[in-house]
Amino acid sequence: MTSALRTLLVVAVLLVAAGSLAAQTLNFGLRGATPLNDEGPAPPMAPTRNTAEREARNYPEQPPVIPHSIDGYQVDIRGNKCLSCHARARTAESQAPMVSITHFMDRDGQFLASVSPRRFFCTECHVPQSVTNPPVSNDFVDIDTMLSREAPGGRR
Amino acid sequence: MNEQAKPLARETWFARAKRFALELWDVLISPSSVFGLGVLVLAGFVAGIIFWGGFNTALELTNTEKFCTSCHEMRDNVFTELKSTIHFTNRSGVRASCPDCHVPHNWTDKIARKMQASKEVWGHLFGSIDTREKFVDHRLELAAHEWARFKANDSLECRNCHSADSMDITKQSPRASAAHQRFLFPGEKTCIDCHKGIAHQLPDMRGVPGWQ
Repeated sequence: MTSALRTLLVVAVLLVAAGSLAAQTLNFGLRGATPLNDEGPAPPMAPTRNTAEREARNYPEQPPVIPHSIDGYQVDIRGNKCLSCHARARTAESQAPMVSITHFMDRDGQFLASVSPRRFFCTECHVPQSVTNPPVSNDFVDIDTMLSREAPGGRR
Repeated sequence: MNEQAKPLARETWFARAKRFALELWDVLISPSSVFGLGVLVLAGFVAGIIFWGGFNTALELTNTEKFCTSCHEMRDNVFTELKSTIHFTNRSGVRASCPDCHVPHNWTDKIARKMQASKEVWGHLFGSIDTREKFVDHRLELAAHEWARFKANDSLECRNCHSADSMDITKQSPRASAAHQRFLFPGEKTCIDCHKGIAHQLPDMRGVPGWQ
């Protein structure tokens, strides 16, 4: 008697759980309400941030982001459009920041005359920024903010 | 016998041609005895219009995107590369087709460029760039010709559409605005000095001033 009642209870609970799962629409930031087995419409491309004002780095080792549009810039074996402003010899004319001296170093720590081949492809690390609302939130806090928070016991 | 007959035949042919030329010259310089002067002038005028119109129509036919891309050298290389750039599709739907940038719009300059382009017909007939590899090998030389032409005429073909006078620098990005005020407006640089490779891919840029 009790075992039959228990079985009925378990079946009822399972049914309710299955129903609520089926009714649930998964709503993640990036894919929206599109079911997992479908491909949703592509969102419109966001415009590139094009103020040419430098952005602060979130941590000292961060590759600086590109504060301007780079549409159609050719960076390949034949030429590097970025270097036509950011190369050492070009910065006086362009007033652009020079590529960091670390980029002149080969993997053995030897400094070359110009940008090392392994640092040639700028957009492997440096990226332009879009003007858009990030679909996924981020609670990153930089080290200065972290250190200035009052620690328990009043010590820093 | 044959050896004796040959020089004789050549002489006869030459004499006949000379006689024909002299007769033609006689007809051309003697006044007409059949047509009136007015008829001749009018006929010449009409024939002139037809010739001139026909000439310019044929000239304009060679000045179209369709004509340029009828050769695979243009269609498979430079035209394909143009398609992804802003000069092919853009928000306002204005397209710069091949001759807008590569053929001067002034008549005398246009004829001069068209005569130069007969070299390109030669190149097409003898296949000097008929494969992608050959084209890439010649790419720097070909690009250098165009850069030199733009440099010599102060980027005239750019300025046919992009006039410095009607440029609103407040609508430009801060970077573009600063560069145009520093280099374009004082005439220190011309468009092609900075805007290389905007409509086609670049050749190997080593050794080109301002590039690495």
